[in-house]
Amino acid sequence: MMPSTHDWINNPLGVVEGMFAASQNNPNSGWEAKAVEFFKDHLKEKDAHTWVPSLNDVPLHYLKPNSLVKFRCLIQDMFDPEFYMGVYEAVDPSTKAKVLRCGKYKDVTECGVDFDSRNTVTAERQTFYCVPIPGENPWVKESYAGSSQARVVPSTSYAPTRQKRSYEEDDDMDDMDTQMQREPHTGPQSPTEQHGNGDCKRRETEAPSSQTAPASHLDLNFPLPGEKGPSCLVKVYEDWDGFKLNDTLEVFGILSVSPALSALADKKDASSSLLDPTECMETAEEQRVHSPPASLVPRLHVLYAKPLPHNNPLLPSATLEDNSAFLSSTLSEMASVRAELLTFLTPILLGDALAAEYLILHLISNVYSRRDVLPLGKFTLNLSGCPTVASYTERFYQIIQQLVPSSYYLGMSLQNMNQMRFVPKKDYSANRLVSGALQLARNTSLFLDETQLEQGQLDTAGVRNVTALGNLITWQKVDYDFNYHQMEFPCNINVLIASEGRSLLPSDCQIHLQSQITPPHMEEYLSSIHVHPQASQLNKFRMYLSVARLLNYSISDEVTKSVEDDFVDMRKDDPQSISAEDLHRMLVVARLLSLSLGQTSLSRDSWLRAKHIELLRRSRMEQHTCVNGNEP
Amino acid sequence: MSSPTSTPGGRKRGRNTNPSTPSSEGPTSPPSQRRRGQDSSTGDLMPMPTSPATDMLSPAAPQDNSLLSSPRPSVLPNEVDMSSPLMYGTPMRGTPARQRPDLGSVRKAPQVDLQSEPPSADGAVTSESNTGQRLVIWGTDVNVGTCKEKFQRKVMVFISVVGDPVLNVNCLHVQSFDAELYRQLICYPQEVIPTFDMAVNELFFERFPDSILEFQIQVRPYNALKTRNMRNLNPEDIDQLITISGMVIRTSQLIPEMQEAFFQCQVCAFSTRVEVDRGRIAEPSVCRNCNTTHSLAIVHNRSVFSDKQMVKIQESPEDMPAGQTPHTTIVYAHNDLVDKVQPGDRINITGVYRAVPMRANPRQSNVKSVYKTHIDAIHFHKTDEKRLHGLDEDAEQKLFTEDRVQTLKELAAKPDVYERLSSALAPSIYEHEDIKKGILLQLFGGARKDFSQTGRGNFRADVNILLCGDPGTSKSQLLQYVYNLVPRGQYTSGKGSSAVGLTAYVMRDPETRQLVLQTGALVLSDNGICCIDEFDKMSDSTRSVLHEVMEQQTLSIAKAGIICQLNARTSVLAAANPIESQWNPKKTTIENIQLPHTLLSRFDLIFLMLDPQDEAYDRRLAHHLVSLYYQSEEQIEEEFLDMAVLRDYIAYARTYINPRLSEEASQALIEAYVDMRKIGSGRGMVSAYPRQLESLIRLAEAHAKVRFSEKVETIDVEEAKRLHREALKQSATDPRTGFVDISILTTGMSATARKRKEEVAQALKKLIQAKGKTPAMKYQQLLEDLRGQSENAITKELFDEALRALADEDYLTVTGKTVRLLA
Repeated sequence: MMPSTHDWINNPLGVVEGMFAASQNNPNSGWEAKAVEFFKDHLKEKDAHTWVPSLNDVPLHYLKPNSLVKFRCLIQDMFDPEFYMGVYEAVDPSTKAKVLRCGKYKDVTECGVDFDSRNTVTAERQTFYCVPIPGENPWVKESYAGSSQARVVPSTSYAPTRQKRSYEEDDDMDDMDTQMQREPHTGPQSPTEQHGNGDCKRRETEAPSSQTAPASHLDLNFPLPGEKGPSCLVKVYEDWDGFKLNDTLEVFGILSVSPALSALADKKDASSSLLDPTECMETAEEQRVHSPPASLVPRLHVLYAKPLPHNNPLLPSATLEDNSAFLSSTLSEMASVRAELLTFLTPILLGDALAAEYLILHLISNVYSRRDVLPLGKFTLNLSGCPTVASYTERFYQIIQQLVPSSYYLGMSLQNMNQMRFVPKKDYSANRLVSGALQLARNTSLFLDETQLEQGQLDTAGVRNVTALGNLITWQKVDYDFNYHQMEFPCNINVLIASEGRSLLPSDCQIHLQSQITPPHMEEYLSSIHVHPQASQLNKFRMYLSVARLLNYSISDEVTKSVEDDFVDMRKDDPQSISAEDLHRMLVVARLLSLSLGQTSLSRDSWLRAKHIELLRRSRMEQHTCVNGNEP
Repeated sequence: MSSPTSTPGGRKRGRNTNPSTPSSEGPTSPPSQRRRGQDSSTGDLMPMPTSPATDMLSPAAPQDNSLLSSPRPSVLPNEVDMSSPLMYGTPMRGTPARQRPDLGSVRKAPQVDLQSEPPSADGAVTSESNTGQRLVIWGTDVNVGTCKEKFQRKVMVFISVVGDPVLNVNCLHVQSFDAELYRQLICYPQEVIPTFDMAVNELFFERFPDSILEFQIQVRPYNALKTRNMRNLNPEDIDQLITISGMVIRTSQLIPEMQEAFFQCQVCAFSTRVEVDRGRIAEPSVCRNCNTTHSLAIVHNRSVFSDKQMVKIQESPEDMPAGQTPHTTIVYAHNDLVDKVQPGDRINITGVYRAVPMRANPRQSNVKSVYKTHIDAIHFHKTDEKRLHGLDEDAEQKLFTEDRVQTLKELAAKPDVYERLSSALAPSIYEHEDIKKGILLQLFGGARKDFSQTGRGNFRADVNILLCGDPGTSKSQLLQYVYNLVPRGQYTSGKGSSAVGLTAYVMRDPETRQLVLQTGALVLSDNGICCIDEFDKMSDSTRSVLHEVMEQQTLSIAKAGIICQLNARTSVLAAANPIESQWNPKKTTIENIQLPHTLLSRFDLIFLMLDPQDEAYDRRLAHHLVSLYYQSEEQIEEEFLDMAVLRDYIAYARTYINPRLSEEASQALIEAYVDMRKIGSGRGMVSAYPRQLESLIRLAEAHAKVRFSEKVETIDVEEAKRLHREALKQSATDPRTGFVDISILTTGMSATARKRKEEVAQALKKLIQAKGKTPAMKYQQLLEDLRGQSENAITKELFDEALRALADEDYLTVTGKTVRLLA
């Protein structure tokens, strides 16, 4: 029994059920493992994964229910494991005979389930609440969408009126009784829908534009304000212990959008709830969160989940080690791309080549390991001396956005600091983790714009937010608020702070911009900065930055020895000149410098060069010892 | 005998819904028929409109209660359905039976005679009993008679206290008594526990035939060995007795749950009762009396309700794997277990794990294929209570597996365990061996002593440590490490935290609108370690709360009408930076960090973390750092003890090891103290105070704990002495003389400095006297004169101090720039 290519994408449940049926005579067939293996094998075929439509770029109503889809996402929350009927007995409506059915990869059972059957097998699965990768930049989305070969046609299972319904109306449905559903839904063109741009169909998955949106809306719980895209309840059937919060995954699974799912949650029958112990367990809020309308939050039954080591569509999907041809060709080019990137970045940093060099090092930094509490490899850069005219920092961020797969611009205005939620917090009444701006995927670039800081008073929330940022930078961890206790989640976020003077936040490395442009011409110069370079060049840079981050690195014994000697010598001359912390930083700079040149081990030259640029930077710092009371 | 776990799906359904099973005892006969007589006798009474819970605790009029919807007394003895083997034997005089909603309805469970019916495929298995009776409860292998007898024998062996008519039974005792009984208890709690009830009641009324109890004794087993983490619960545990630990996060309001529905015929007023079966009531469609269909209506007032409460518990943070969010489970508490726990409590709960299929909706053909799970609570055990009442054996038994204890003991037996552990502490931080040793001892802590009988209250057992030194000497890193290592650690920074953040504050709860006390870091780290970074940046008011915490270990709060004293038995690990950005070796510790000496003297150990500025050290440091940056994870793990092992080691020692001073150790301590006093007395200084002796005792005890030794021996005292001396050498050395001078820490000034101040004052007095009768002098002039006269440099501060000293003697006054003599 070998279904054709179309079948395994269009009707994966058919494949699963076929295997289930075949296994009935043979109890130890291990059909479940075989089914998973079947899909894995098919996806491994060349380009096969591009045939699968993606929830990220195809609107939900274009997707066929119960078909195979993929979803690029971040695990935002983990719900409790649920027990479901893995195998159940049901009455076949046509033959009236009892048949065994497979409940795996399904949300609802077919009619006539015999709850008391002895053949029922209870199984366990885990639900994750997943959102699209926060801060994913447009070029990444476009590139993924462009490479997709999935042919999707608007599904016929939904009435067109239903497709266009905005989530506001969905909400109304929740509140009003079930009678609403029986009535034909008329008038999709409600006035609220007019303000959207063009594609009003996509609006249904838009996040509220600010986190202070009225609570009556179903909050899709995106970490960052203004995010779009569907969120998804991902049901995992095996090895769920291996997944961690904030992991980024590409999930291949069976889409389930049965309206029965949300309808069940809607039912609030006062008379029946008295006797039904299952109804009074959950608050209305919890039901809304855990069983949202499937038209808004589809369910995805995972067949295969692939962790994403990076989110760069330009890189081949195989790991670098497995792809030595690609690796060697890129490695040889890295030095030249680096030089090109340097020339590209220097004018943006007002002609400051040293700052541009440090920026490259920052962009490829990555927490590659942790020694007890110490994160290794982080390189938070504080770019001080940024001009405050002509929204320089915003322009600068736009460039970064073009280069890295995901990034977020956080203006540290008083309002933002006091009102935004940075740290995720557990909401016990809805039983979910309410997201915050610091719940980000690994290697996201967080751009903190301190030039937005104005005079005023930080309130308690503001102070907590600043502390959270400080912790993030120093320890690369965020303490999630679980009300009764805090829980620490390690993270790996590249923080770049743009400020006028020295930042009020800690940083690994501060560099003061030395502008080559005289202040009177500043505005003119800034407005002339070329924000949109050629696509081919950009792609080269994007690839370069991602590859440099993924490279392995080592230090030979010989170089270790010479580094030790250097350190001892420097200390001999002037013990105050270099501390253990400085050595820490120099080792990180040397590491990043080597990697930026495509060298996977530290050479004497790179070490000297690292020492040299550190020296330049420090001498510059001494000129700018602006005292603002934040020195340790 | 088939294993009970092998048929998870088959066991949980339809225990009492198999009509095909023939049963001689007629369990399916409707109970209503037997009750008719009683119903009619009370039928002319007016139905009493009461709320379900009002009369719960008034045993005065049990007869009247029969019509109330109050659950307990409503089932009168003569009403009891005697057909079930699981009803509690003969009705006891005056003592009402009470339903057990926590176990669901079991009274209909049929007994199967194995002789007449072979075991069905479902798993009714042969009983092991050798007695003539071969009856087992259908679907299980539980033989009521044997079970009862065994349990009665068990109770005779492990007889417990009877206060409330509740008998708490430690499952571990059951297991040690009879493993088979224990297995049955775990696998078939729904059947076995009522059998236990029956056994206990028979036994009780046999012994005390005349006593009347509020209701019949109920057995509450706890501490099932199948104790597990919430995360490990799986479908195999359904309908089994489990014990899990967790934290209460939410409790619902009281839910009156119907136990028995009362139906009355609208036509002939015939009434019938229907028992609620797993949340469903089978509404009788035909009236038995007049044969009218659909004439029966439910009468809520006469139905029987029981109290129920939903409790949501969450995995405790200690049990969680890193990077995952905690799971939650719903627990139902019944009857007197309602309102036993509050949100925030850490509890061990024993109960029966249930899975309920989602209700089939008649209007829908498709149903969700998901079960809802919950636990019916039988026993709550608050684990944080032990924090108030000392240690409790039951809670810890599950902490360590035997293998782990074995590994820990092997480790403890090694002669260099102390060095091993201290080097395992924060391996990424280079050297600072003594500091790590100090922190290690802090992690273990001294032995807790209670002197409240003699009026001294509790003795502080926790070691406080202050680290001070140059910025960038990885103090914060050390603090972070400790914070991550200990389960009850708190990390705050002196800069950001206010006094309320450390202690407690009163706020209005957004939900209940009531004033609640929110506790701060010091209270939260009770029995743990509170790490305070940037200790010097703390405001004075914040610091002042630490005075009480660091010696009395309590925290007094008087805010918004809430006056209370909270326990804060926490060790403080603080880090402070010098006032000048660099440590000034010419100044004393106090002068360098500008902390009040009253606070400093409360630290057992004060360490300086300074840059040694030595070539060999630099080289080793550089090597260490470089290797940090390229060693692979595996290499690292080989080198050092695992953090988890260290954590377990500490936890084990803290809970099980309680060392006492041996005779020799006491002598050694006395000698050490006398020696310390002697050092100073030679120079006219006091170099040790009783506080230092207490510190030594604590450190020695902690060191004994490191060795897993129940006795403090001389080697412990030696190490305590050494460490104490090392710390003193670093922090209490008078930079002017080079001597260790404890008065720097206790009075804020070294003895030499004090002596010098007196000398200057005397010299000044002499100078003024020499000037003859000048009633007023210029301040500047006097300073210059004194400077000219003295051999040592006189600073302005010193001069001012001397003036102040003389002013205190009423010899002169200083007004602005003039100094006047007083007559």
